[in-house]
Amino acid sequence: MGILAASDSKITFGVDGLFKYEVFGQELWITNTHVSLLLVVLTLTILALFANRAIKKADPNEVPGTFLNIIEYLVELVDGLTRNNMGEKHYSKFSNYIGTLFAFLIVANLSGLFGLRPPTADYGVTLGLALITFVLIHYNGFKYEKAGHVTKLFQPILLTPINIIGEIATPMSMSLRLFGNILSGTVMMGLLYGLLPKLLQFFIWPIFGGLHAYFDVFSGAIQSYVFCMLTMVFISQCFGEEEA
Amino acid sequence: MLEGITSEAFIKGCSAIGAGIAMIAGIGPGVGQGIAAGHGAAAVGRNPGAKGNIMSTMLLGQAVAETTGLYGFAVAIILLFANPFI
Repeated sequence: MGILAASDSKITFGVDGLFKYEVFGQELWITNTHVSLLLVVLTLTILALFANRAIKKADPNEVPGTFLNIIEYLVELVDGLTRNNMGEKHYSKFSNYIGTLFAFLIVANLSGLFGLRPPTADYGVTLGLALITFVLIHYNGFKYEKAGHVTKLFQPILLTPINIIGEIATPMSMSLRLFGNILSGTVMMGLLYGLLPKLLQFFIWPIFGGLHAYFDVFSGAIQSYVFCMLTMVFISQCFGEEEA
Repeated sequence: MLEGITSEAFIKGCSAIGAGIAMIAGIGPGVGQGIAAGHGAAAVGRNPGAKGNIMSTMLLGQAVAETTGLYGFAVAIILLFANPFI
Protein backbone atom coordinates (compact mmCIF):
# COMPACT_ATOMS: atom_id res chain seq x y z
CA MET A 1 0.00 0.00 0.00
CA GLY A 2 1.20 3.46 -0.76
CA ILE A 3 2.18 6.23 1.56
CA LEU A 4 -0.65 7.60 3.73
CA ALA A 5 -2.69 4.42 3.45
CA ALA A 6 -5.70 4.65 5.72
CA SER A 7 -6.08 1.76 8.14
CA ASP A 8 -9.37 0.08 9.00
CA SER A 9 -10.93 3.32 10.27
CA LYS A 10 -13.63 4.93 8.17
CA ILE A 11 -11.66 8.16 7.79
CA THR A 12 -10.24 7.89 4.28
CA PHE A 13 -8.00 10.47 2.73
CA GLY A 14 -4.99 8.35 1.84
CA VAL A 15 -3.82 6.80 -1.39
CA ASP A 16 -5.76 3.54 -1.59
CA GLY A 17 -4.57 0.65 -3.71
CA LEU A 18 -7.28 -0.76 -5.96
CA PHE A 19 -5.55 -3.43 -8.01
CA LYS A 20 -2.24 -5.24 -7.53
CA TYR A 21 0.15 -6.46 -10.19
CA GLU A 22 3.77 -7.57 -10.34
CA VAL A 23 6.62 -6.48 -12.58
CA PHE A 24 9.93 -8.39 -12.21
CA GLY A 25 8.93 -9.53 -8.72
CA GLN A 26 8.19 -5.95 -7.65
CA GLU A 27 4.73 -5.50 -6.14
CA LEU A 28 2.95 -2.49 -7.67
CA TRP A 29 -0.50 -1.02 -7.21
CA ILE A 30 -3.03 0.79 -9.35
CA THR A 31 -4.22 3.42 -6.86
CA ASN A 32 -7.04 5.94 -6.82
CA THR A 33 -4.47 8.54 -7.93
CA HIS A 34 -4.19 6.73 -11.27
CA VAL A 35 -7.97 6.66 -11.64
CA SER A 36 -8.46 10.36 -10.98
CA LEU A 37 -5.43 11.22 -13.13
CA LEU A 38 -6.98 9.26 -15.99
CA LEU A 39 -10.33 11.06 -15.54
CA VAL A 40 -8.61 14.47 -15.49
CA VAL A 41 -6.68 13.70 -18.66
CA LEU A 42 -9.82 12.37 -20.36
CA THR A 43 -11.74 15.56 -19.46
CA LEU A 44 -8.98 17.74 -20.88
CA THR A 45 -8.69 15.61 -24.03
CA ILE A 46 -12.43 15.82 -24.74
CA LEU A 47 -12.37 19.58 -24.15
CA ALA A 48 -9.38 19.92 -26.49
CA LEU A 49 -11.12 17.88 -29.21
CA PHE A 50 -14.22 20.08 -29.02
CA ALA A 51 -12.11 23.24 -29.06
CA ASN A 52 -10.14 21.98 -32.05
CA ARG A 53 -13.35 21.26 -33.98
CA ALA A 54 -14.78 24.68 -33.09
CA ILE A 55 -11.60 26.41 -34.26
CA LYS A 56 -11.48 24.47 -37.54
CA LYS A 57 -15.11 25.27 -38.31
CA ALA A 58 -14.73 28.95 -37.37
CA ASP A 59 -15.46 31.51 -40.08
CA PRO A 60 -13.12 34.54 -39.82
CA ASN A 61 -15.77 36.87 -41.25
CA GLU A 62 -18.37 36.14 -38.59
CA VAL A 63 -18.74 36.80 -34.88
CA PRO A 64 -17.40 33.78 -32.90
CA GLY A 65 -19.83 31.79 -30.79
CA THR A 66 -19.81 31.48 -27.01
CA PHE A 67 -17.57 28.41 -26.73
CA LEU A 68 -15.04 29.72 -29.24
CA ASN A 69 -15.02 33.06 -27.45
CA ILE A 70 -14.18 31.42 -24.12
CA ILE A 71 -11.37 29.39 -25.69
CA GLU A 72 -9.91 32.46 -27.38
CA TYR A 73 -10.09 34.40 -24.13
CA LEU A 74 -8.24 31.65 -22.24
CA VAL A 75 -5.52 31.40 -24.88
CA GLU A 76 -5.04 35.17 -24.83
CA LEU A 77 -4.91 35.09 -21.02
CA VAL A 78 -2.08 32.54 -21.03
CA ASP A 79 -0.26 34.42 -23.79
CA GLY A 80 -0.51 37.67 -21.84
CA LEU A 81 0.73 36.02 -18.64
CA THR A 82 3.77 34.49 -20.33
CA ARG A 83 4.52 37.69 -22.25
CA ASN A 84 4.53 39.72 -19.04
CA ASN A 85 6.85 37.30 -17.25
CA MET A 86 9.22 36.03 -19.93
CA GLY A 87 9.54 38.95 -22.31
CA GLU A 88 8.40 39.61 -25.86
CA LYS A 89 11.20 37.59 -27.49
CA HIS A 90 10.88 34.23 -25.76
CA TYR A 91 7.27 33.92 -24.64
CA SER A 92 5.88 32.14 -27.70
CA LYS A 93 8.12 29.10 -27.12
CA PHE A 94 6.86 28.57 -23.59
CA SER A 95 3.22 29.64 -23.63
CA ASN A 96 2.18 26.17 -24.92
CA TYR A 97 3.80 24.41 -21.98
CA ILE A 98 2.57 26.95 -19.42
CA GLY A 99 -0.97 26.74 -20.79
CA THR A 100 -0.95 22.94 -20.64
CA LEU A 101 0.45 22.97 -17.11
CA PHE A 102 -2.11 25.51 -15.95
CA ALA A 103 -5.06 23.62 -17.46
CA PHE A 104 -3.88 20.33 -15.97
CA LEU A 105 -3.28 21.79 -12.51
CA ILE A 106 -6.60 23.64 -12.41
CA VAL A 107 -8.63 20.58 -13.41
CA ALA A 108 -6.60 18.30 -11.14
CA ASN A 109 -7.00 20.56 -8.10
CA LEU A 110 -10.71 21.11 -8.74
CA SER A 111 -11.34 17.36 -9.08
CA GLY A 112 -11.74 17.22 -5.30
CA LEU A 113 -15.11 18.90 -5.81
CA PHE A 114 -16.35 15.89 -7.79
CA GLY A 115 -15.56 13.34 -5.11
CA LEU A 116 -12.24 12.27 -6.57
CA ARG A 117 -9.00 12.31 -4.63
CA PRO A 118 -7.01 15.13 -6.28
CA PRO A 119 -4.07 13.62 -8.20
CA THR A 120 -1.84 16.47 -7.02
CA ALA A 121 -2.23 15.19 -3.44
CA ASP A 122 0.16 12.39 -4.44
CA TYR A 123 3.85 13.25 -4.21
CA GLY A 124 4.66 11.27 -7.33
CA VAL A 125 2.58 13.58 -9.54
CA THR A 126 3.92 16.87 -8.19
CA LEU A 127 7.52 15.64 -8.17
CA GLY A 128 7.15 14.67 -11.82
CA LEU A 129 5.84 18.12 -12.75
CA ALA A 130 8.63 19.82 -10.78
CA LEU A 131 11.26 17.65 -12.48
CA ILE A 132 9.96 18.75 -15.90
CA THR A 133 10.49 22.35 -14.74
CA PHE A 134 13.97 21.42 -13.46
CA VAL A 135 14.94 19.98 -16.84
CA LEU A 136 13.53 23.04 -18.64
CA ILE A 137 15.48 25.42 -16.36
CA HIS A 138 18.81 23.70 -17.03
CA TYR A 139 18.20 23.05 -20.74
CA ASN A 140 17.50 26.74 -21.27
CA GLY A 141 20.35 27.68 -18.94
CA PHE A 142 22.86 25.78 -21.09
CA LYS A 143 21.22 27.09 -24.27
CA TYR A 144 21.40 30.80 -23.39
CA GLU A 145 24.28 31.07 -20.93
CA LYS A 146 26.51 28.30 -22.39
CA ALA A 147 29.36 27.54 -19.95
CA GLY A 148 28.37 30.44 -17.72
CA HIS A 149 25.55 28.29 -16.42
CA VAL A 150 28.10 26.03 -14.72
CA THR A 151 30.64 28.66 -13.70
CA LYS A 152 28.04 30.80 -11.96
CA LEU A 153 27.69 28.00 -9.40
CA PHE A 154 31.29 28.68 -8.27
CA GLN A 155 30.95 32.47 -8.37
CA PRO A 156 31.99 33.25 -4.79
CA ILE A 157 34.05 30.10 -4.37
CA LEU A 158 33.13 29.79 -0.69
CA LEU A 159 29.41 29.60 -1.45
CA THR A 160 29.69 26.66 -3.88
CA PRO A 161 27.95 24.09 -1.63
CA ILE A 162 25.11 26.48 -0.90
CA ASN A 163 24.63 27.23 -4.60
CA ILE A 164 24.51 23.52 -5.47
CA ILE A 165 22.04 22.76 -2.67
CA GLY A 166 19.94 25.72 -3.82
CA GLU A 167 19.73 24.32 -7.35
CA ILE A 168 18.66 20.91 -6.05
CA ALA A 169 16.17 22.43 -3.60
CA THR A 170 14.23 24.18 -6.37
CA PRO A 171 12.22 21.15 -7.60
CA MET A 172 11.90 19.84 -4.03
CA SER A 173 10.32 23.03 -2.71
CA MET A 174 8.09 23.50 -5.78
CA SER A 175 6.71 19.97 -5.58
CA LEU A 176 6.34 20.01 -1.79
CA ARG A 177 4.47 23.32 -1.90
CA LEU A 178 1.82 22.06 -4.32
CA PHE A 179 1.63 18.64 -2.63
CA GLY A 180 1.37 20.08 0.88
CA ASN A 181 -1.34 22.58 0.03
CA ILE A 182 -3.59 20.13 -1.78
CA LEU A 183 -2.93 17.32 0.70
CA SER A 184 -3.77 19.56 3.67
CA GLY A 185 -7.12 20.38 2.07
CA THR A 186 -7.79 16.69 1.38
CA VAL A 187 -6.85 15.70 4.93
CA MET A 188 -9.04 18.40 6.49
CA MET A 189 -12.05 17.44 4.37
CA GLY A 190 -11.48 13.73 5.00
CA LEU A 191 -11.25 14.26 8.77
CA LEU A 192 -14.42 16.36 8.77
CA TYR A 193 -16.35 13.86 6.67
CA GLY A 194 -15.19 11.00 8.90
CA LEU A 195 -15.87 12.91 12.11
CA LEU A 196 -19.56 13.73 11.73
CA PRO A 197 -22.48 11.36 11.14
CA LYS A 198 -24.06 11.42 7.70
CA LEU A 199 -27.34 12.96 8.87
CA LEU A 200 -25.59 15.87 10.58
CA GLN A 201 -23.46 16.42 7.49
CA PHE A 202 -26.65 16.83 5.50
CA PHE A 203 -27.96 19.55 7.82
CA ILE A 204 -24.78 21.63 8.01
CA TRP A 205 -24.02 21.54 4.29
CA PRO A 206 -23.19 25.31 4.13
CA ILE A 207 -20.11 24.70 6.29
CA PHE A 208 -18.93 21.91 4.00
CA GLY A 209 -19.63 24.08 0.96
CA GLY A 210 -17.60 26.93 2.36
CA LEU A 211 -14.70 24.68 3.27
CA HIS A 212 -14.75 23.11 -0.21
CA ALA A 213 -14.76 26.59 -1.72
CA TYR A 214 -11.70 27.51 0.31
CA PHE A 215 -9.64 24.30 0.16
CA ASP A 216 -10.46 23.13 -3.35
CA VAL A 217 -11.30 26.23 -5.38
CA PHE A 218 -9.35 29.07 -3.75
CA SER A 219 -6.29 27.14 -2.59
CA GLY A 220 -6.18 25.03 -5.75
CA ALA A 221 -6.39 28.01 -8.09
CA ILE A 222 -3.75 29.96 -6.14
CA GLN A 223 -1.36 27.01 -6.11
CA SER A 224 -1.77 26.35 -9.86
CA TYR A 225 -1.05 30.03 -10.51
CA VAL A 226 1.98 29.98 -8.22
CA PHE A 227 3.40 26.81 -9.79
CA CYS A 228 3.14 28.27 -13.31
CA MET A 229 4.47 31.64 -12.12
CA LEU A 230 7.54 30.06 -10.47
CA THR A 231 8.20 27.93 -13.56
CA MET A 232 8.20 31.07 -15.72
CA VAL A 233 10.35 33.06 -13.28
CA PHE A 234 12.98 30.33 -12.96
CA ILE A 235 13.17 29.75 -16.70
CA SER A 236 13.38 33.45 -17.55
CA GLN A 237 16.27 33.93 -15.11
CA CYS A 238 18.66 32.48 -17.69
CA PHE A 239 17.64 34.81 -20.53
CA GLY A 240 19.91 37.57 -19.23
CA GLU A 241 19.21 41.16 -18.35
CA GLU A 242 18.89 42.91 -21.69
CA GLU A 243 16.09 40.73 -23.09
CA ALA A 244 13.78 40.52 -20.08
CA MET B 1 4.85 2.93 35.01
CA LEU B 2 5.82 1.86 31.50
CA GLU B 3 5.40 -1.87 32.14
CA GLY B 4 2.16 -2.51 30.25
CA ILE B 5 3.21 -0.54 27.17
CA THR B 6 4.72 -2.29 24.17
CA SER B 7 7.60 -0.58 22.43
CA GLU B 8 5.55 -0.11 19.26
CA ALA B 9 2.76 1.66 21.15
CA PHE B 10 5.38 3.84 22.84
CA ILE B 11 6.88 4.82 19.47
CA LYS B 12 3.42 5.58 18.07
CA GLY B 13 2.53 7.80 21.01
CA CYS B 14 5.83 9.66 20.85
CA SER B 15 5.34 10.08 17.07
CA ALA B 16 1.93 11.67 17.64
CA ILE B 17 3.50 14.14 20.10
CA GLY B 18 6.27 14.80 17.59
CA ALA B 19 3.70 15.48 14.86
CA GLY B 20 2.02 18.01 17.11
CA ILE B 21 5.33 19.71 17.83
CA ALA B 22 6.19 19.75 14.12
CA MET B 23 3.03 21.73 13.38
CA ILE B 24 4.37 24.59 15.55
CA ALA B 25 6.14 25.45 12.29
CA GLY B 26 2.78 26.90 11.23
CA ILE B 27 3.40 30.00 13.36
CA GLY B 28 6.13 31.38 11.09
CA PRO B 29 4.24 31.35 7.77
CA GLY B 30 1.17 32.76 9.53
CA VAL B 31 3.10 35.78 10.78
CA GLY B 32 4.90 36.16 7.45
CA GLN B 33 1.74 36.00 5.36
CA GLY B 34 0.06 38.50 7.66
CA ILE B 35 2.93 40.95 7.27
CA ALA B 36 2.84 40.50 3.48
CA ALA B 37 -0.93 41.05 3.38
CA GLY B 38 -0.64 44.16 5.57
CA HIS B 39 2.02 45.68 3.34
CA GLY B 40 -0.04 44.75 0.30
CA ALA B 41 -3.04 46.60 1.73
CA ALA B 42 -0.85 49.62 2.48
CA ALA B 43 0.51 49.56 -1.08
CA VAL B 44 -3.00 49.43 -2.57
CA GLY B 45 -3.99 52.36 -0.34
CA ARG B 46 -1.04 54.38 -1.60
CA ASN B 47 -1.45 53.46 -5.26
CA PRO B 48 -4.91 52.02 -6.06
CA GLY B 49 -4.15 51.92 -9.80
CA ALA B 50 -1.54 49.17 -9.37
CA LYS B 51 -3.90 46.81 -7.55
CA GLY B 52 -3.55 43.91 -9.98
CA ASN B 53 0.25 43.87 -9.90
CA ILE B 54 0.33 44.25 -6.12
CA MET B 55 -2.15 41.40 -5.69
CA SER B 56 -0.20 38.96 -7.85
CA THR B 57 3.13 39.87 -6.26
CA MET B 58 1.64 39.52 -2.79
CA LEU B 59 0.09 36.13 -3.53
CA LEU B 60 3.35 34.83 -5.03
CA GLY B 61 5.32 36.02 -2.00
CA GLN B 62 2.82 34.51 0.41
CA ALA B 63 2.89 31.18 -1.41
CA VAL B 64 6.69 31.10 -1.23
CA ALA B 65 6.63 32.07 2.46
CA GLU B 66 4.25 29.18 3.10
CA THR B 67 6.89 26.61 2.11
CA THR B 68 8.51 26.30 5.55
CA GLY B 69 5.15 25.62 7.14
CA LEU B 70 4.50 22.94 4.56
CA TYR B 71 7.81 21.27 5.43
CA GLY B 72 6.54 21.00 9.00
CA PHE B 73 3.25 19.60 7.68
CA ALA B 74 5.10 17.01 5.59
CA VAL B 75 7.10 15.91 8.67
CA ALA B 76 3.90 15.61 10.72
CA ILE B 77 2.15 13.57 8.02
CA ILE B 78 5.14 11.24 7.66
CA LEU B 79 5.28 10.71 11.44
CA LEU B 80 1.58 9.91 11.60
CA PHE B 81 0.97 7.76 8.53
CA ALA B 82 4.29 6.57 7.11
CA ASN B 83 6.30 6.25 10.30
CA PRO B 84 9.94 5.36 9.56
CA PHE B 85 10.61 4.22 13.13
CA ILE B 86 8.22 1.26 13.23
